[in-house]
Amino acid sequence: MEKIKCECGHVNPEGTVLCEACGKPIERNQHIDGNEKNKLLNMRYEGSARRSQTKNRNIVDKIWIFFSSVKVGVWLIVLTLIASIIGTLLPQEMYIPQNVEPAQHYRDQYGLFGQIYYQMGFHNLYSSWWYILLIASIGVSLVICSIDRFVPLYRALKRQKPKRHSNFIRRQRLFGKTEAVKSEDINKAVSRLKKKRYKISEENGHILGEKGRFSRWGPYVNHIGLIIVLIAALLRSMSTFYIEDYVWVREGETKVIPQTDGQYYIKNNDFLMDVYDEKDERYAEAIEKTGEMIPSNYETKAEIYEVKGETIAGQDPELTKINEGEIRVNEPLKIDDISLYQASYQLNEFQKMSFKLHRSDDEDETPLGEFTFDMSDPKKEYDLGNGYRVEVDEYYPEFFMDDGVPDTKSKYPKKPAFIFFVYGPDMEDYEVNFLTIGANLNPHNNNQYKISVTGVDMRDVTGLTVKRDHTIPLFIVGAIIFMLGVIQGMYWYHRRIWIHPKEEGVWIAAHTNKNWFGLKKDLEYSLEGTEIKIPDDQQELK
Amino acid sequence: MDYVSLSSNFLFASFIIYMVAIFFFAFTIRDKNKPHKTSKAGTIGIIITIIGFLSQVGYFITRWIASQHAPVSNMFEYMTFFGMMLVFAFIILYFIYKVNLLGLFILPVAVVVIGYASVFPQEISPLVPSLKSHWLYIHVTTVSLGEGILAVSFGAGLIYLIRQIDQTVKSKKTFWLEFIMYSILSVIAFVVISTTFSSMNYTVEFQHSETETTVEYHMPAIAGPNDGEMMTDDKMSAWFKAPGWMNGAEAGRKLNSLLWSLLGGLVLYGVIRLVLRKRICAAIQPLVKNTNPDLLDEVAYRAVTIGFPVFTLGGLIFASIWAQEAWDRFWGWDPKEVWALITWFFYAAFLHLRLSRGWHGEKSAWLTVIGFAIIMFNLVVVNLVISGMHSYAS
Ligand code: HEM
Repeated sequence: MEKIKCECGHVNPEGTVLCEACGKPIERNQHIDGNEKNKLLNMRYEGSARRSQTKNRNIVDKIWIFFSSVKVGVWLIVLTLIASIIGTLLPQEMYIPQNVEPAQHYRDQYGLFGQIYYQMGFHNLYSSWWYILLIASIGVSLVICSIDRFVPLYRALKRQKPKRHSNFIRRQRLFGKTEAVKSEDINKAVSRLKKKRYKISEENGHILGEKGRFSRWGPYVNHIGLIIVLIAALLRSMSTFYIEDYVWVREGETKVIPQTDGQYYIKNNDFLMDVYDEKDERYAEAIEKTGEMIPSNYETKAEIYEVKGETIAGQDPELTKINEGEIRVNEPLKIDDISLYQASYQLNEFQKMSFKLHRSDDEDETPLGEFTFDMSDPKKEYDLGNGYRVEVDEYYPEFFMDDGVPDTKSKYPKKPAFIFFVYGPDMEDYEVNFLTIGANLNPHNNNQYKISVTGVDMRDVTGLTVKRDHTIPLFIVGAIIFMLGVIQGMYWYHRRIWIHPKEEGVWIAAHTNKNWFGLKKDLEYSLEGTEIKIPDDQQELK
Repeated sequence: MDYVSLSSNFLFASFIIYMVAIFFFAFTIRDKNKPHKTSKAGTIGIIITIIGFLSQVGYFITRWIASQHAPVSNMFEYMTFFGMMLVFAFIILYFIYKVNLLGLFILPVAVVVIGYASVFPQEISPLVPSLKSHWLYIHVTTVSLGEGILAVSFGAGLIYLIRQIDQTVKSKKTFWLEFIMYSILSVIAFVVISTTFSSMNYTVEFQHSETETTVEYHMPAIAGPNDGEMMTDDKMSAWFKAPGWMNGAEAGRKLNSLLWSLLGGLVLYGVIRLVLRKRICAAIQPLVKNTNPDLLDEVAYRAVTIGFPVFTLGGLIFASIWAQEAWDRFWGWDPKEVWALITWFFYAAFLHLRLSRGWHGEKSAWLTVIGFAIIMFNLVVVNLVISGMHSYAS
């Protein structure tokens, strides 16, 4: 590669804008940082040679140039920002009711706009290919842009000399000339800079005071943090790293925990929902205002079992209890790398209903026979003895009338209804009994026999999320690195003050990457009580 | 006195004290001193501000004792806290830059924010299980501190614009500056109107014909609910009904409040224009002529550099930790989360733009205005209108 030799003797790589050692502007490269139109030099990357500014031959170079541009980076961020806004205009699909057809829901609820929104795929915007592509491009841009600048910046900061070219000094934002200066004034300024913890280096009377250089690496550190976060997000699509599932367990029931290869079972001993006491003085007013009970705690008392020995098909596995505990909203229960979280619940599901059979005209309703219908183990037929028999013709777990036809909304016993056929020793045919809780829906009122509910057993159901997540540590590491990087770059500043002796007097120039106000105060402090003039700000906004 | 009334007294006191402080900062305009040198009026102003802030801290602590959880769990508490953080951020930046004018612009915003908070129900409410976590407090307090600091950049940006925009001709820029003033006036109008009607105990009830639920309006109805029938006699009936595409039982009421504040803002703005006989910002401009635009630009940028890490920590990192605890997923694309991300993207873009030439000064000042608009949108509109799981007010 072609090199550029500066008059100070330093050899710079091609594309250098300001000599790495002395800062002299290299004539033919001034267009790169737009310096030719300006009085002041662009100090952003110390005028170092970035790959993106020098190579422009093949497709790789072109891609590199594209992604290393901060302008492109900002555009990507802004586009992602706009896309994210669109996603909040209407609820995303995961937040609409589960039991409806999404297409229909968006049309019914939000009209034509909703229909277009749905058709454009905005109801799943954050998992759409183009949104993910945007995020991925930000990632690519981050990587390329950081590599593009890191090495050159490192070189330039490492090689800088205290002795700078006059042209470099004159074209700094803070710059001042003093005609005649006593050497003790310079010594005084230097010792004051030292007090402010500037590192002083010297070369033939040229002095550089520098502090906070490490803050220049802040952006690179924070970008590494971001890249780690993006990688973690990528790993989420792999099941070894991330799994999410769901299980409903009724009270008293033992169920296999999904995603554990049938190795673990969970038993729900009890589900509790506590509410705030409306007599509690603190909250009485607010509770009355909402007019509802406000839950204070959801809790599942669970036992975890592990399968011991071989499982034989068709046989219940042998279970050994390995753990027990409560699962509350902020407190999951862990088995190996799987966590169970309290996520949902269903109160008062029917577990068992007991019935009796009696004659319709019997005021005392003396039972001729009794039976219990178990929702978790429904039978087709119940023999009541003495020749009485009940056949379950239909069982509707969650009963409703669909245009006059009985039907069930779900398979969960929330509002059970039954059609029973009753057979008796003195009957030729059967009699139909149609009943639900609290109502007898019998079509025929001339039945000889009647079935009545004698008791119900209710139970609660708990809904648990089953999760495995190995990406969290990576997210945490990424987030910490990001935070350290931002703090490093934002709360510290890279300040440099050059003292440049001339045949007559001295020139002073200063530069910082941000917080000019602080730099000016440092200058005022260190030049106070000396003959040296405080540098002017050559770039005051008017 | 019990803690609850003690805490509201503290809050009221700080509200008044901030207004007194504004008065003193206003006096600094006449100072011919260099901008970042302290003046007597400015010193008194900042001392009073600090007293007001301490009084508000008193409110916060006593209310915490009374409710037994950190008072950042509903719209009233949250907005109040945001106002407090705004003042805190102002105090910090005041001690760095000593820009008195900043007090004259930031404190009124804080006062309006606290006034706005007071419109929401103030009862102490219990926490549902997902909110019962220390991370909630840590997250909410950090995020509003971050937003408070970022909002200070808006204050500096606004002064910059008022000082720099040419007011001799009418332009898009003068229009948008007036629009900012009008927006602030609308909020003030809303606070005044709703406090007035609620002190009169004004209520009108509507019943939705389909669901048979009722909605109570506490301001005269300009826009009634879409399918509502008025149940209260001898009150003004609605001029028109909320359009059908607006969703939710409360849509009509929200639209009504919005209309009242927009109209009220228009009236306030009109009256002020009539009195001044020129654009509001044209009238303010001479008052801010003494400040150094370079310094304002620096303050605006510095506020972002200080606020951005704080916001990231509170709004994204602590938020994720809390979400992980409460809903066992640290990120769920809930509207509130997305808007925090949008805010973060926005300020990241701002910081990158500042790296290049040409984005300092005026452009950057407009960006601080947009940033503040995003923050307020997240605090107000997302809570009240878009509302996901985080929604406080229902
Ligand atoms: C959401 C994504 C991003 C975030 C949060 C982010 C964050 C930051 C922050 C906080 C800084 C420090 C700014 C300052 O010190 O004033 C920075 C600097 C920088 N960022 Fe990013 N960044 C992001 C994406 C990008 C992308 C996509 C690019 C690629 C074009 C990029 C290129 C740069 C460059 C070149 C710097 C300046 C480095 C230097 O001063 O040496 N950033 N970034």
